[in-house]
Amino acid sequence: MAQLSNKQNFLKGFIKENPTLVLLLGMCPTLGVTSSAINGLGMGLATTFVLALSNVAISLIKNIVPDNVRIPAYIVVIATFVTIVELSMQAYTPGLYNSLGIFIPLIVVNCIVLGRAESFAAKNSVFPSLLDGLGMGLGFTMSLTVLGALRELLGSGKAFGITLYPENYGSLIFVLAPGAFIVLGFLIALVNHLTKSA
Amino acid sequence: MEYILIFISAVFVNNIVLAQFLGICPFLGVSKKIDTAIGMTGAVTFVMVIATIVTYLIQKTILDRFGIAFLQTITFILVIAALVQLVEIILKKVSPPLYQALGVFLPLITTNCAILGVAIIVIQKNLNLLQSVTFAFSTAIGFGLALVLFSGLREQLDLVDVPKGMNGTPIALITAGLLAMAFMGFAGIV
Repeated sequence: MAQLSNKQNFLKGFIKENPTLVLLLGMCPTLGVTSSAINGLGMGLATTFVLALSNVAISLIKNIVPDNVRIPAYIVVIATFVTIVELSMQAYTPGLYNSLGIFIPLIVVNCIVLGRAESFAAKNSVFPSLLDGLGMGLGFTMSLTVLGALRELLGSGKAFGITLYPENYGSLIFVLAPGAFIVLGFLIALVNHLTKSA
Repeated sequence: MEYILIFISAVFVNNIVLAQFLGICPFLGVSKKIDTAIGMTGAVTFVMVIATIVTYLIQKTILDRFGIAFLQTITFILVIAALVQLVEIILKKVSPPLYQALGVFLPLITTNCAILGVAIIVIQKNLNLLQSVTFAFSTAIGFGLALVLFSGLREQLDLVDVPKGMNGTPIALITAGLLAMAFMGFAGIV
């Protein structure tokens, strides 16, 4: 991999290598929790926290861990941070904790986290890994929030809980399961269109 | 009767992929051909049932007894990762034809969130062991049903003239949305 500057490491997660819209990783939380913008934002920030800290921890221990047990070792590191997030969210934001439900422990198996650990943190030093984790996490947060806001707007006429048009005009299908697939499909098509034609 | 209800609910009403959004990565990843979809279903069913039994026993005999349930996430994911490796090694030795059929899918399963998801759900729902096994098995069948249906649709989709930007994943996602809509028709059966 060509050396990238710090700024590039941070920014690549937003558009060029956006984890959900371009790399198509971490689809389960993307579809599962984005029934409202707030849920998307909360999930994104929780994942960002895990991603940034596990990237730092893994780039610190990368020379100590033997090569053939590296995946289990990484998983333990990631699971530790996920447990921290899970317990703190349960204590401080119980409402959000309940609406995200099972998807919080499932950050462990989010392919983005292990993917970045294996492909970036294991090969780079601490500071670039931190930036990479933050950038990827915020890119993920961005696409989740956009998807959540769109679904909320189409489904119930609200954005971040603020009513923009009467709820009766919204179509509930966008808040339910099928809407998640369809809105994400159109969003990816839009990104494809913009990046290919540019 | 209770077990039949669990089965119908997990396969149709609360389908793991189309209603609960778990296991989307393999759902999108290996659904290009019906053959691979069937292979993946076999591997997932196998691992999901075994993993649920093992994690259930660990939860009840170790985590609950010593009051360390907060280690659930770490323990379960490690157990599942180890189990997948073990299944792969045993299968290679005991039944080479089965290994031939499922082998390539096994490593992918560790990061299939449906496996960990089901292991956590059965603990949350407070099911007993037999109910848990039924639930795991039916969930896997539901996963397989969605996967095979979807791969059938995608094989047809190859022949269709799709607008340029929509080609590939976007049209696949929209198809999945329509499939999910069809499954919503089952809501209310149980």
